[in-house]
Amino acid sequence: MITVIAIVTDGLVYAAWLFVVAIGLTLIFGVMKILNVAHGAFYAFGAYAAATAIGLYFDRGWPVVGGYLAVATAAIAIGLVMGYILERVFLRRVYGKDEVVVVLITYALFLILEDVLILIWGTDGRSAYQPYVEAGSFIVGGLPLSVYDIGLVGFAGLLAIAASYTIKKTTFGRLLTAVIYDRETAAAFGVDVSQIYTVTFLVGAVLGALGGALTAPKISVTPGLGVEVIVLAFAVVAIGGMGSMEGALVGALIVGLFRAGAVHLIPQLELFSIYAVMALVLVFRPQGLFSRAQPRKI
Amino acid sequence: MHRMNESAWLVRKLSAAVLFAALPIAMPIAMPIAAVAQTAPAVPPVKLGLVTFLTGPAAGPFGIPGRNSAEIMIEMLNAGKVPAPYATAGLAGAPIVPKFVDEAGSTANQVTEFRNLVQRDGVNAIVGYVSSGNCLAVAPVAEELKALTVFFDCGTPRIFEEKPLKYVFRATPHATMDNVGAARYVLKKFPELASFSGINQNYAWGQDSWRDFVAAMKALAPKATVDKELLPKLFAGEFGAEISALLTANSKVVHSSFWNGDLESFIVQNGARGLPARSTMVYTAGETAMFRLGAKIPDGTIIGARGPHGVMAPDTPLNKWFRQVYEDRFATAPTYPAYHMAQSILGLKSAWEKAAAAKGGQQPAIDDVVKAFEGIEFEGPSAKIRMAIGNGHQGIADIAYGSFRFNKAEGKAEIVDIVRYPAECVNPPANMTSTAWLEAGMPGAKCN
Repeated sequence: MITVIAIVTDGLVYAAWLFVVAIGLTLIFGVMKILNVAHGAFYAFGAYAAATAIGLYFDRGWPVVGGYLAVATAAIAIGLVMGYILERVFLRRVYGKDEVVVVLITYALFLILEDVLILIWGTDGRSAYQPYVEAGSFIVGGLPLSVYDIGLVGFAGLLAIAASYTIKKTTFGRLLTAVIYDRETAAAFGVDVSQIYTVTFLVGAVLGALGGALTAPKISVTPGLGVEVIVLAFAVVAIGGMGSMEGALVGALIVGLFRAGAVHLIPQLELFSIYAVMALVLVFRPQGLFSRAQPRKI
Repeated sequence: MHRMNESAWLVRKLSAAVLFAALPIAMPIAMPIAAVAQTAPAVPPVKLGLVTFLTGPAAGPFGIPGRNSAEIMIEMLNAGKVPAPYATAGLAGAPIVPKFVDEAGSTANQVTEFRNLVQRDGVNAIVGYVSSGNCLAVAPVAEELKALTVFFDCGTPRIFEEKPLKYVFRATPHATMDNVGAARYVLKKFPELASFSGINQNYAWGQDSWRDFVAAMKALAPKATVDKELLPKLFAGEFGAEISALLTANSKVVHSSFWNGDLESFIVQNGARGLPARSTMVYTAGETAMFRLGAKIPDGTIIGARGPHGVMAPDTPLNKWFRQVYEDRFATAPTYPAYHMAQSILGLKSAWEKAAAAKGGQQPAIDDVVKAFEGIEFEGPSAKIRMAIGNGHQGIADIAYGSFRFNKAEGKAEIVDIVRYPAECVNPPANMTSTAWLEAGMPGAKCN
């Protein structure tokens, strides 16, 4: 029984983390058709910014609860600044160009930003464990669980609901859907596509940075952490269907639960499990589980 | 003719006057030049390639301490300021000129950089490599290029066990010693241990470490069984599921050769979930994290330093000097990668000067140094190194293990209950591979 509890909780925690990281990536692809490799840099900068903010905050002995606010503020700030600069200076120039060109540009940006990160924060790892440790733990069925981890699951759930509500119920969401389906027609009907692109990219960047910021209290923040994440995020997005929010959620859940199952039952297959799931899904659904029907233009 | 002689006389006089007038100005400039000319090396410098992680996740805990150590050792050796028996300048009088190369990047990239160092930069020798994967990849290339190479940190035992090598040396004992030492220390603490678990990174270092620990435990405590064997990917960072698996296994002891950010992340995550309350953690490379994490490491955690390095090093003049110059320069204590680098450079110096002595004090050829290096014994800052295995190419030394304690009164991390195991107690003999020795029950081990 304890193993079942462990597989479910570990799977959900991992899925929550994956979803937060992948949702920004899938949003940007869904709206802008940009396979944004630089998303890994948003994640890494978010983690570093959060680690710095946590260090500054907790060194002053301020109340613990504000530390979580510091994490969120750091992520939003770094995501907005980076997203704005990248979209305005680089990506705006290549809209409508071949997808391969755009991928190469975001990849180049990712590599450059990895070095910028080292220039700013150096090569030493940074630790900012206070929010994770201070949150404490509780026991379910004999298994101690971290409050921070379970909080992450709750946050990912709220994020999924908020994303779904925004797209289906708000004006911005409807405009977004129009742009996703047909950019030219949406523009012809007076939708400011350029503005939608900017807002989408900024939201995606903030979500990427938030993924890193929420992870920072759990890990030693070291150079290169963006590389690890981007591969996993792409796997999740590929399983779910490129550009689909529901797909990102289901993809993250599948990967999270399979991985947790492998760790507990067949640990030798842990590494293999994620990519095995991806391969299996893509054999039967080459476009991913929740891929949209592509409208054919006449 | 007379007029011409007169002109020449005038020119000579004027020149002499100008030179005399300029003498006070010229002297301060000329003197150092003359001094430089006098102290200019009588022998050409030795170009030394130094490869270590200058960027990337392994830079902070391993690469940079290694680089720092190389920097001060080379500077001090060139100045002849290293204590005896290394008080002579440079390598047999030849100044060392270092060229640092970043170990970050793919293994293929390291092979290319190695070729660049040898073929383009013309280095005389190379000291380097933290990563076991890089050591395994570079070794055959070093042989192909006949390039004298001293591995300074990578721990996989396979380097000299799979194939004899001529130009490659390692003055740092390999991972077998770490894990035999860990097993002996664990069983000293828990003589009745019934089962244990392990979490190690899924690549050469982690797999070799776990294999050796299990084999050593099998030899020393045949009835003890393995509960959980976890091999997460390198730099995973997140170990929630693994910690749950270890919590459910409820082992008395959990072995880990984790290092770097993975080690720190694992310590924090398992601490927050109470794993150390159920299991005593054994970190074979734990010393690099103990100062950064301090009180976050629970008292009683078993800590290794890949040798008797750092806080476990003996109080010898060479060690005291090394710690002092390192702390003075970098405002932090040297951890084991710094010791590994120092002893590798001192090993190279010992071999170089032995070869030079055999040639009557002349600078030796690389093949002479290679011959002199085989089977040599020399003093490191923390232990005597004997190039006793791997056909004289692989060093052995003593190892120490201890238990972590956070000294609340002084606010500092400490190691207590230190046990030092002799080299012959924890290393295989010359005629056996690590695996064969461990599987045979460690025959010939001398522990007293």
